[in-house]
Amino acid sequence: MSTPTLDKHSAALDAAETTAAHTISVTFRIRRFNPEVSEDARWEDFQLEIDPKERVLDALHKIKWELDGSLTFRRSCAHGICGSDAMRINGRNRLACKTLIKDINPEKPITVEAIKGLTVLKDLVVDMEPFFQAYRDVMPFLITTGNEPTRERLQSAEDRERFDDTTKCILCAACTTSCPVFWNDGQYFGPAAIVNAHRFIFDSRDEGGEQRLEILNDKDGVWRCRTTFNCTDACPRGIEVTKAIQEVKRALITRRF
Amino acid sequence: MQIHKYDTVIVGAGGAGMRAAIEATKRSRTAVLTKLYPTRSHTGAAQGGMAAALANVEDDNWEWHTFDTVKGGDYLVDQDAAEILAKEAIDSVLDLEKMGLPFNRTPEGRIDQRRFGGHSRNHGEAPVRRSCYAADRTGHMILQTLYQNCVKEGVEFFNEFYVLDQLITEVDGVKRSAGVVAYELATGEIHIFQAKAVIYASGGCGKFFKVTSNAHTLTGDGQAAVYRRGLPLEDMEFFQFHPTGIWRMGILLTEGARGEGGILRNKDGERFMEKYAPVMKDLASRDVVSRSIYTEIREGRGCGPEGDHVYLDLTHLPPEQLDAKLPDITEFARTYLGIEPYTDPIPIQPTAHYAMGGIPTNVEGEVLADNTTVVPGLYAAGEVACVSVHGANRLGTNSLLDINVFGRRAGIAAAEYAATADYVELPEDPAALVAEQVERLRNATGGERVTEIRKELQETMDANVMVFRTEQTIKTAVEKIGELKERYRNVAIQDKGKRFNTDLLEAIELGNLLDLAEVMAVSALARKESRGGHYREDYPNRDDVNFMRHTMAYREVGADGSESIRLDYKPVVQTRYQPMERKY
Ligand SMILES: Cc1cc2nc3c(=O)[nH]c(=O)nc-3n(C[C@H](O)[C@H](O)[C@H](O)COP(=O)(O)OP(=O)(O)OC[C@H]3O[C@@H](n4cnc5c(N)ncnc54)[C@H](O)[C@@H]3O)c2cc1C
Ligand code: SF4
Ligand code: FES
Repeated sequence: MSTPTLDKHSAALDAAETTAAHTISVTFRIRRFNPEVSEDARWEDFQLEIDPKERVLDALHKIKWELDGSLTFRRSCAHGICGSDAMRINGRNRLACKTLIKDINPEKPITVEAIKGLTVLKDLVVDMEPFFQAYRDVMPFLITTGNEPTRERLQSAEDRERFDDTTKCILCAACTTSCPVFWNDGQYFGPAAIVNAHRFIFDSRDEGGEQRLEILNDKDGVWRCRTTFNCTDACPRGIEVTKAIQEVKRALITRRF
Repeated sequence: MQIHKYDTVIVGAGGAGMRAAIEATKRSRTAVLTKLYPTRSHTGAAQGGMAAALANVEDDNWEWHTFDTVKGGDYLVDQDAAEILAKEAIDSVLDLEKMGLPFNRTPEGRIDQRRFGGHSRNHGEAPVRRSCYAADRTGHMILQTLYQNCVKEGVEFFNEFYVLDQLITEVDGVKRSAGVVAYELATGEIHIFQAKAVIYASGGCGKFFKVTSNAHTLTGDGQAAVYRRGLPLEDMEFFQFHPTGIWRMGILLTEGARGEGGILRNKDGERFMEKYAPVMKDLASRDVVSRSIYTEIREGRGCGPEGDHVYLDLTHLPPEQLDAKLPDITEFARTYLGIEPYTDPIPIQPTAHYAMGGIPTNVEGEVLADNTTVVPGLYAAGEVACVSVHGANRLGTNSLLDINVFGRRAGIAAAEYAATADYVELPEDPAALVAEQVERLRNATGGERVTEIRKELQETMDANVMVFRTEQTIKTAVEKIGELKERYRNVAIQDKGKRFNTDLLEAIELGNLLDLAEVMAVSALARKESRGGHYREDYPNRDDVNFMRHTMAYREVGADGSESIRLDYKPVVQTRYQPMERKY
């Protein structure tokens, strides 16, 4: 049936559909660092005329493409799916491509700096290797024993739902690099690795739970978490990171998962 | 400059590259070179699902799937390849499940399936549930699962290595692959990878359009590298415009939204697809739906102040269904448009989405040097390749399938070849081309800027070779691209450093886009018919007598150094299906 939808025109839809150009003046204060030029990091201001409905990533592109080609950052998908562009924006970890300028008070200078706790290599680019190493260390793959079934393994919709939240992770490192424990001690696995361990520990098809729990029981494992919730606040995928860590801790105590 | 030696080198770590890597690593010493960290690849953006006739929820079989693929591709599909795709689909999905992929489940605990455009029961009778999915992040789950299994298998990655040249050595008159040349982002160093077998899995090239669902990094580097070395590109005029991109931004809203019951409406609230495709309606194949949308817009029934878009309406679907089945795309509408899809329709327009054409291969993934000769040691799979299973128009969910089926095949074939082959001698001064290119850009002082040329390229492509094309518009594009290529010679960059010089790489990527855009436009100009994604208003009908054949485009360099494109044609492989008129 063709039910007309015109009566459903909300103010939000009107605003979304407007074609009137509207730009404001915004200052971006960016933490620059390039050891090829100088060993010291510094703040640099860029003034832009930009539509506040645009993304911070659009602003960074505008700066790179029109003002200073040497400004360096990672990005790919531009819509919050690839995990390339986690950065500290106004003191909080976010994806530049998922943050609209209007939502972060463009009246004041917007600060942009690299995520903390990983070595800065140039401007907003950090060394991701330790982050991915921690991920690899938790054995992030399905472990099974016995013969493979010919068809798919069966899994009830409820069992599938049990670990749904942690399958959303895009390995952007926003959580890990917002964690004060990780800042102080880079040996800590960090929330992202635990999230990815959780994804398998609570998968009814997996039989590697014990092994993974032993790894996380280590001195650099889950017990370092002090439940500050920074990670949950930082996660652009809305994953309840702290809850996942708590569930892993509980599983370690009860050995039930 | 460093020289590395591997049996098998894979270029790209998206779905196709990692599926190949899992096979190749078990059989040969393998390196994967990728310009992005593997989990950043654009396979992760895929939403809707992966087709396979599992028949978990209703009657289905691989023959129906083959037919839909051939018909969807407007009979430009090589039917032997489509049959392999549909047959191997089933094991391919089951393999992923065994590797750990968390598919949505039926009440019985089997892999759940949903409807998708162009997939039908019994040769077009009615839509069928064939798409296996994990909410609306199927591609994300495929990419994660494949990466997880690469970790398990100990696959060796070279992350943020950009492959910029393909090395070819002629042995006894036969072109053979000798390896590739890569540029390391972190250091600016050039690396030679000598390899017995090379697999290109470097993805698409959608960034030559402005409104596109493609990532910034999809710049066709692989296609450009082999093309520049004299190898052909097949069917480049066929590009898919997905009906539902977020208006102006191009961010994709999966066809799964219509599979779940979403409806397209014009400004009068009319469900206009009923007019254009009485049976499949909103789930007709993508080229049909995209043209219908633009027809509505052109005839004054578009929405918004400028009437330049239509709506994707999900408001009649229960919020619980949207939360469970389409959480990501509803979130996109909230984040980027500030609207609530429970109650507001979503403004959409067609978005440049998928390259049907690419590096020609046979069904083993071997790259072709012409219509029949293979290039020993050279393979391609995924969006970079053209097997051709998608013909003139790819069906939704057939690409995630393609990357798994043909990624696997290429991985096995390349590693088996490498097990018996010898290294081919490297050409003299193998790094020369890349070194010269990098040096030239770093020292350039010309007045042209990457951003300006790229913008003009994207604008001309959107205006002239998108959903509707005519001789006139395509010629305009060809001319403009020629002018931009001229100007590109004077392009200069600001960052002169070696460390993480993304300024330099964007300039190189733009060069690739320009070359490929030209091939696309020139191929489109010569195809004086309408078929699938290629629609010529001046030739609105399909012409099987003259054009049921694949385009093969070659770069030719004259004695004076001048470049041109030579077009040739390759027959379509037909097995059981005779071309029929396409109706949905
Ligand atoms: C938004 C969106 C949604 C989609 N949804 C679906 C869907 O639901 N179902 C479906 O079947 N299909 C879908 N598709 C299509 C499908 O996702 C893609 O065609 C497919 O994932 C491509 O996979 P690939 O492995 O070929 O390339 P990609 O995943 O794009 O990977 C390319 C790889 O190549 C590397 N690379 C590129 N250039 C170089 C270079 N110069 N040197 C080294 N490495 C390089 C990159 O680092 C990357 O690792 C969708 C596409 C998009 C854009
Ligand atoms: S849990 Fe969230 S914040 Fe942490 S890496 Fe994954 S997606 Fe990023
Ligand atoms: S660019 Fe992909 S997450 Fe932001």
